[in-house]
Amino acid sequence: MLEIHDFQVSVQDQPILRGIDLNVPDGEVHAIMGPNGSGKSTLCYALSGRDGYEVFAGSAMLGEVDLLELEPEDRASAGLFLAFQYPIEVPGVTMTTFLREALNAQRRYRGEEPVAPMEFVQLMRQAAGTIGLNPEMLKRQVNVGFSGGEKKRNEMLQMAVLKPSLVVMDETDSGLDIDALKEVSHGVNRLRDQGRSFLLITHYQRLLDYITPDRVHVLAGGRIVDSGDASLALTLEANGYTDYQLSAA
Amino acid sequence: MPATVDTKEQVEALAKRRYAFGFSTDIEMDQAPKGLSEDTIRFISAKKFEPSWMLEWRFKAFARWQKMTEPHWAKLSYPPIDYQDAYYYAAPKSDSDRPENLDEVDPKLLATYTKLGIPLREQELLAGVKNARPVAIDAVFDSVSVATTFKKTLAEGGVIFCPISEAIRDYPELVQKYLGSVVPVSDNYFACLNSAVFTDGSFVYIPKGVHCPMELSTYFRINAENTGQFERTLIVVEDGGYVSYLEGCTAPQRDKNQLHAAVVELVAMDDAEIKYSTVQNWYPGDEQGRGGIYNFVTKRGLCSGRRAKIMWTQVETGSAITWKYPGCILKGDDSVGEFYSVAITNNRQQADTGTKMLHLGKNTRSRIIAKGISAGHADQTYRGAVTVAAGAHGAKNFTQCDSLLIGNQCGAHTVPYITAKNPNSEIEHEASTSKISEDKLFYCRQRGIPEEVAVGIIVNGFCREVMQTLPMEFAVEAQKLVSISLEGSIG
Repeated sequence: MLEIHDFQVSVQDQPILRGIDLNVPDGEVHAIMGPNGSGKSTLCYALSGRDGYEVFAGSAMLGEVDLLELEPEDRASAGLFLAFQYPIEVPGVTMTTFLREALNAQRRYRGEEPVAPMEFVQLMRQAAGTIGLNPEMLKRQVNVGFSGGEKKRNEMLQMAVLKPSLVVMDETDSGLDIDALKEVSHGVNRLRDQGRSFLLITHYQRLLDYITPDRVHVLAGGRIVDSGDASLALTLEANGYTDYQLSAA
Repeated sequence: MPATVDTKEQVEALAKRRYAFGFSTDIEMDQAPKGLSEDTIRFISAKKFEPSWMLEWRFKAFARWQKMTEPHWAKLSYPPIDYQDAYYYAAPKSDSDRPENLDEVDPKLLATYTKLGIPLREQELLAGVKNARPVAIDAVFDSVSVATTFKKTLAEGGVIFCPISEAIRDYPELVQKYLGSVVPVSDNYFACLNSAVFTDGSFVYIPKGVHCPMELSTYFRINAENTGQFERTLIVVEDGGYVSYLEGCTAPQRDKNQLHAAVVELVAMDDAEIKYSTVQNWYPGDEQGRGGIYNFVTKRGLCSGRRAKIMWTQVETGSAITWKYPGCILKGDDSVGEFYSVAITNNRQQADTGTKMLHLGKNTRSRIIAKGISAGHADQTYRGAVTVAAGAHGAKNFTQCDSLLIGNQCGAHTVPYITAKNPNSEIEHEASTSKISEDKLFYCRQRGIPEEVAVGIIVNGFCREVMQTLPMEFAVEAQKLVSISLEGSIG
C-alpha cells in the first residue's frame, strides 16, 4: 500500500505541495480531485521521481519500499506505474520492443530471468484482450499516430502487462469522448485486484461515474483539504472548488 | 545519477568494457621495414607473388601520390600524419606457408576470430541458430587474408569470392579490367596511397544471371601495432546478377593512432544489384581521445548498366576519425543508387561522412537516408553531394538527413552540395536536428527501463529506417553496437 506523510515538493524553488498525508490500502481506489494548479500533476511526477520535482520534506512508502531513495526506473520496478496525461511518442520503437524491454528490466530488477518469447507473446495477447485492444496495435510504434483514446488505452495495456501494485492515473479522462472514457474505465475495472491500489487524479467527476472510488480527497493549494467517500465527488460536482480555494488561500 | 568513478583502474575497466574488441593477439609477425618507399612496395608485391603489371601499377600510383598533398577540407582536426613512421605490411608468420585449408591455419588466429564472434569453420557457421542462412566469410588479418569459407559451394554457381591478392594471380584479366575503373588511381590522396600499398581485401565476381546463394562477408582485423591497413575490395556483378556483401571491422585498443585507408569499387551491369553493408567498429580511442583508428575510405559504385542498382548501408560506430563518402555513379539509364547511414560519435570521435550521387543516365534515381548521433565531445558532419548532369532527364533524388544530439558538448553539421544541370530533374532535401528529450527518457524510465538502456532504445528507434536495410543476421548485432557505443553518454 501507499503511505505518504507530510509530503512537500517544490518545482523551480516554488513550493507546490505543502505537506500531504495519504494512505491508500491494498486493493483500494482513491480519487484525488482538485482545481487547476492545485498540485495534482506535481504529486504524480514527484511520486515517480521525475527530474525537476524536488521533495524537500516528508516520506513516501510503497509497502516496505522507500520510494524517495530510488531512481525513477527502480520505483517502476518496485511496482509504481504512472498512466500519463499525455503519453509520449517514441518514434521507430514498436510497442512489442518497448514492452519487452520494460518487462525484462523490471524482472531483472527483481532478480528474475528474462521472459521467454512464447510466454511474452501470450502475455501481450492476454493483456490486449483484457483492455479490448486489437493486437495489431502492438506492431505499431509507441504512441506514434495514435488517437487520444488509443494513447490512453495503450497506457492501460502497458499496465496490464507490467502488473504494478500501485497505479497513479494522471487525468486519464482528459481529452476523451464518452465512448473512449467508458472503454478506458472498463479496462481499469478489469484490472482492479486485491493486490493493486489506484490513485486517480482527476479534475471532473465524470470518470468516477464509471470507476467507483473507495475514498475521494480534495487537493487545493498544495494540501488535502477534505476527504470522504464516493459521494464527496458528487458534492464537488454540484458546488465546485470555490469554497476550498478560498479556505486554502 | 551514476556514482562518480574516481580511480584510474575503474575508469580503465569501464573503457575496456565499452570496447569489447580491444584485445590483441600475440602472434609472430612478418613485417615490412618501417616507412614508405619503392622498396616497401616491392616487398609487398613480392610477398603477394604478384605479376609485374601489378607492381608497375603500384609504382605509378606511388609516383602520383608523392606529388599530391593531403586534403584538409573536411571538418576534422588531427595532428599531421607521419607516413614514414608506420609499417605498411604485417602478416602472421605462419601464413607464409600458405595454408591450404583451415586445419593448417594457426590455431591462435582461429581463436582470435572465435573471440570476435566470427566462426571460420564452415560446420560451426552452420551449427548456429536453426534456419540461419550460411554466410561465406573472408577474414583479413592485418595485411593478409587468413581464410575464406564456402569457396567451393560458391564456385559451383560460378561465383568467385576470394582474397584480392589471389584474384590478381588467378583472374588477372578480370582484375586488370576493373581495378581502378571506378576509383581512378589518383582519385584522391588516400585512394592513391591505397593503390600504391594495398595489401588485401576481397574480390567478388557474380556471373550473368546468378543470384549469389549466400551473404558474403569480409571481416577486417587490425592487430599489429603501428601498422596501417590498406584494404582493397572489388565487386563485379554481371547482367542480372545479385549479391549482398557485408564487411565488419575491429582493432585492438592502442594508444597510438593507426591508419586505415581503404578503397572499395563496385561495378553493376544491366539489371544487376549489389547490396553493400558495413558495420564499422574500429577502435575509437579512449575518453580523452588517445589512440583509435584514422579511417580514410573511398567507396564508390558504378551502375554501369541499365536498371542497375547499388545500395550502400553503413553503421559507423568506431574510429577516432572517419572520412568516408560511399557514392554511386548512375551511368546506366533507370539505374538506382541508395545510401543508408547511421554514424555515431561519442567522447572525442570525429566523423565527416556522407555520400556522392552522380546522375548521368536518364531516369536515374537516388535515395539518401543519413542518421547522425553525436554524444560526449564528439563532432560530426554530414557531407553529401548530389549532382545531376545535363543529360540526366527525369533524374530524381531524395535526401533526408537527421541529427540527434546527446548532451550539450557535441556538434552536428550538415553540408549538402547540390548541382542540377538538367531542368527535368527533381531534388529533395530534408534535414532535422533534435535532442533526446527528457520526456521520452522519463517515459521509458517510468516503465522500469534504466536510463542508459532507454537511450539505446530511443537511438535505435531513430535509426530504424537504416537498420531495416541491413541483412537480418547483422541487424541485431548492429543494434547492440549502437547501444554499447553510447554507454556513458548520459549522466
